[in-house]
Amino acid sequence: MDKNIFIKPLFTANPITVLVLGICSALAVTAKLQPACIMALSVTIVTGCSSFLVSLIRNTIPNRIRIIIQLVVVALFVILVDQILKAYVYEISKQLSVYVGLIITNCILMGRIEAFALGNKPIPSFIDGIANGMGYGIILIAIAFVRELLGFGTLFGHQIIPLSWYASNGGFYENNGLFSMAPMALILVGIVVWIQRSIQKDLQEK
Amino acid sequence: MNTNNNLYTIVYATLMVVATAAILAFVSMALKERQQKNIDMETQLSILSSVGLAADANGASDKIAYVQGEYDKYITDSYLVNYKGETVPGDAFTAALKSQYELIKQLDPKSGEDQTAIKDQIQIPVFECTLDSGEKVYIVACYGTGLWGPIWGYIGFKSDFNTIYGAMFAHKGETPGLGAEIATPKFGDQFKGKSIFDGDTFTSIAIVKGGADKDNPHEVDAVSGGTITSNALALAIQQWLGSYEGFFKLSAEKAKLQETAVQESAPVETNEVESAEN
Repeated sequence: MDKNIFIKPLFTANPITVLVLGICSALAVTAKLQPACIMALSVTIVTGCSSFLVSLIRNTIPNRIRIIIQLVVVALFVILVDQILKAYVYEISKQLSVYVGLIITNCILMGRIEAFALGNKPIPSFIDGIANGMGYGIILIAIAFVRELLGFGTLFGHQIIPLSWYASNGGFYENNGLFSMAPMALILVGIVVWIQRSIQKDLQEK
Repeated sequence: MNTNNNLYTIVYATLMVVATAAILAFVSMALKERQQKNIDMETQLSILSSVGLAADANGASDKIAYVQGEYDKYITDSYLVNYKGETVPGDAFTAALKSQYELIKQLDPKSGEDQTAIKDQIQIPVFECTLDSGEKVYIVACYGTGLWGPIWGYIGFKSDFNTIYGAMFAHKGETPGLGAEIATPKFGDQFKGKSIFDGDTFTSIAIVKGGADKDNPHEVDAVSGGTITSNALALAIQQWLGSYEGFFKLSAEKAKLQETAVQESAPVETNEVESAEN
């Protein structure tokens, strides 16, 4: 099997930085690391499972209603994930709030199903889905790392920057509130895209 | 097989939807109980944390059981009260704050119109908490609309029905670092020791931007950068505590009557003891 199916979505064809899919949720859930990790995991599971299922039934799907069928499959897995989060990790499901439901509209899913799963066997489709979810997850976690560290001084809720440094305790440091807001996430995504494009010259437009 | 046939398409779509619906219905039923427990646990935890209890809930291995245990231990009574302050039948725990808010926000003390129709429908929850010291705290709720979504909170009053014992606030989606700061203990703790009556007049608690006067018993600091959330919270507190005013006054009166009754009955008892000794 072609190992590029797995490697490419992680770096050279990353859904966020190259395909620019799934930006909305990447901005919304990256204020802290924990929700970002759960979101990355949820999207990975949903892309993997729905690509697998669609690929399994790809030869039976009537062409005229194929988008609707894809949507039903994606929605099925998203609701399952949402229900399970609500039952077992309630705090996090509250933080993710509507964004779990919005995985349905995350373009990565429909994009990969249309572009890959409909024309490939189930196992490669599954790997493609997982890899795209992980490519999305890597960026999410990287951005959340920077945002939580600079915006809150914590990582996974644990204080990293010593409390004695803070101005309110007589120190010199102040959390940068801008990092906790969505605009800074967009700027960070922009910086990641910039870094990737300067390394990967073939992405640059002439 | 011709998958573009009309009949095939219709049958396919129908089967697909029925199968999906069946799976989802099954999962939803299987997980419902656990989800409801989480929601109940959150409400219980909010009520307890308003008076500083259940502080180590996050460290508990079984959070649901821990919070339930603490709740059963400390919350000794709960009931609904109406606008006049009388107890009405109903379950305080499941009382829908949102629908009560829809009523309460229509109330305007300055309006000349007769608002008794709205007032009659008000049924708001009170939770009686008995602390380890035996002291009773009366916890009331408030609910309002912040910048992005609902904000709510629980405020505990000492048995003079005037002094705040503790308070906690929560929100659904206020801006992190700004409006969301209302949910921090740092903000909630400011309410401790504040009072809502000036003599007999209801004053509520003002949330003041740019620093409250520390000696003023009716003011706390607003959260910086969260003006709309602060204002919304101040309004919610004012509206809800205003609706509880009847309950506060009635209960304070009752407590006073009880006190005098105890004082009057006390000498009689001693006389009896003395006579027995004689």
